[in-house]
Amino acid sequence: MSGRGLLSPAEWASKPLRRGVRVVHGLLLALLLVVGLGPMLWLAKAAVTPTRDTLRQPLAIFPNGIDLANLATAWTRVDIDRHFLNTVLLALGCWLVQLLVATTAGYALAVLRPRYGRLVTGVVLATLFVPSIVLLVPLYLTVVRTSMINTFWAVWLPAGANAFAIVLVQRFFANLPREVFEAARVDGAGPYRLFWSVVLPMSRPIIGVVSVLAVVASWKDFLWPLLVLPDPAAQPLSVRLPALQRYVELDVFLAALAISTVIPVVIFLVFQRLFLRGGALEGAVKG
Amino acid sequence: MRHGGLAPLVFLLPMVLVFGLFSWGPIVQSVVMSVQRTNMVTGAEFVGLDNFAQVLADPLLWTAVRNTLWFAVLALVFGYPIPLVVAVLINEVRRRRGLFSALAYLPVVVPPVVAVLLWKFFFDAGPNGVFNTLLGAVGIGPLRWLQDADTAMPSLVLEATWAAAGSTVIIYLAALAAVPPELYEAAEIDGASIRRKVWHVTLPNLRGVLLVTFILQIIGTAQVFLEPFLFTGGGPANATTTVLLLIYDYAFADSLGGDYGAATALSLMLAAVLAVFSALYFRLTRSWSTS
Repeated sequence: MSGRGLLSPAEWASKPLRRGVRVVHGLLLALLLVVGLGPMLWLAKAAVTPTRDTLRQPLAIFPNGIDLANLATAWTRVDIDRHFLNTVLLALGCWLVQLLVATTAGYALAVLRPRYGRLVTGVVLATLFVPSIVLLVPLYLTVVRTSMINTFWAVWLPAGANAFAIVLVQRFFANLPREVFEAARVDGAGPYRLFWSVVLPMSRPIIGVVSVLAVVASWKDFLWPLLVLPDPAAQPLSVRLPALQRYVELDVFLAALAISTVIPVVIFLVFQRLFLRGGALEGAVKG
Repeated sequence: MRHGGLAPLVFLLPMVLVFGLFSWGPIVQSVVMSVQRTNMVTGAEFVGLDNFAQVLADPLLWTAVRNTLWFAVLALVFGYPIPLVVAVLINEVRRRRGLFSALAYLPVVVPPVVAVLLWKFFFDAGPNGVFNTLLGAVGIGPLRWLQDADTAMPSLVLEATWAAAGSTVIIYLAALAAVPPELYEAAEIDGASIRRKVWHVTLPNLRGVLLVTFILQIIGTAQVFLEPFLFTGGGPANATTTVLLLIYDYAFADSLGGDYGAATALSLMLAAVLAVFSALYFRLTRSWSTS
């Protein structure tokens, strides 16, 4: 944080101006609370409110008491537990595949640097400029042809084709001190040992970043799992929720929405720094 | 150290397999499929540019293009200035700045499907809907939100802006932190007011970032899918059918087998338009962005 921003110390010293800024910031805070936190608090409230109250007085706070049973009903009777587990498994698999692909490719391109490395990097980078919609139909047909439909592989494997993760890892590896690699080589470490015992342990920060991005992206994904997992029993929360809406009572449905939001919020709170300092890049690149 | 030999190949193998099968392959295939008539039963048949002609002759395409442009324009009007203003204000917060930016980012954390389904309930057209209750308190409404062809699209944009603004705020905050304080000091020596400092120091220093977020927003909104798909399914009366929704409908709406040729043709056309637009944009703004 730098010492000053737009306002000068002289301006901060002026009383009317300071008061004005304080009012503006108070209003901003109120607005952010209502707009940013408000919907989430409302959802948390609605998750434990009987349907009738939510329908008649959506903004009243527990006019007729709390109904905690909603959460249990959603979890067990509407099978949210199963879809929750599916979501977790999908996220774990996407995470593993992405990490495997990104670290090995990043290592080959940034540390081993074969002669054809530039060409390979170029072909990987080029995919960043292809909108994902172009891939949708042929990718779907590939999955159909290889009979991966209704298996998690259909989600896990394509998740590995993430050029942005490779770029992140590659850049990080390229900035590691090469003297360390040379020293390891002098000590007799081959390329595989160098990867496993030197480069990976030195790369915890970037592995953390890629992991969080992978898990969050997988948790948010909707269209792709919708296409390749038509079997409801295999679907993650994001795909199942819109279908549930049609036949589940409102209070239970809102409880299901609330349950689906818990893990992303926890991840955000734990890795706040990552998100609030440039993690936003993630949404910007792959649209 | 430059390795030839086997090791780089071994390490590149997972990437080559995954990209070959799930990225490079499908990209090539999509070009091939756009000039073929394919169904899963009989073999593919070369049809030249028929798919493109068929898509261009579809009256729904022009509705979808119009709707997508309308979405993009509304998203710019609502969504482009708000994060900038919020970020400039947050940047002057001296205590608990982290709280401000965390609150601004919070909507981005909500899974998009959950956000849309939640807002769908908020948009309830009855007098007891959440938003109608709020508007009713100040004597407006009730509005029909998603059920009226005129208000449906603005409603989608409202949710989309809410869902996306936070990440743009974070980008702007990072850019604002990089503005050298000396520039403000120099402006103050010249007697610049706060407004002039914003205009002559803050905004010019954000120019590069603003140009990038602008084009990214255009590219993003041109591919809007989730909101129309889950909120309205393209209705009422196709008022919210977007280009991506049309591609989806071509390929997947008919459970008996889709028109994959038309879908790939349209997605390639969209990609080409976006590529040309971005290239022009960067060419036109090049002189302007280097500060």
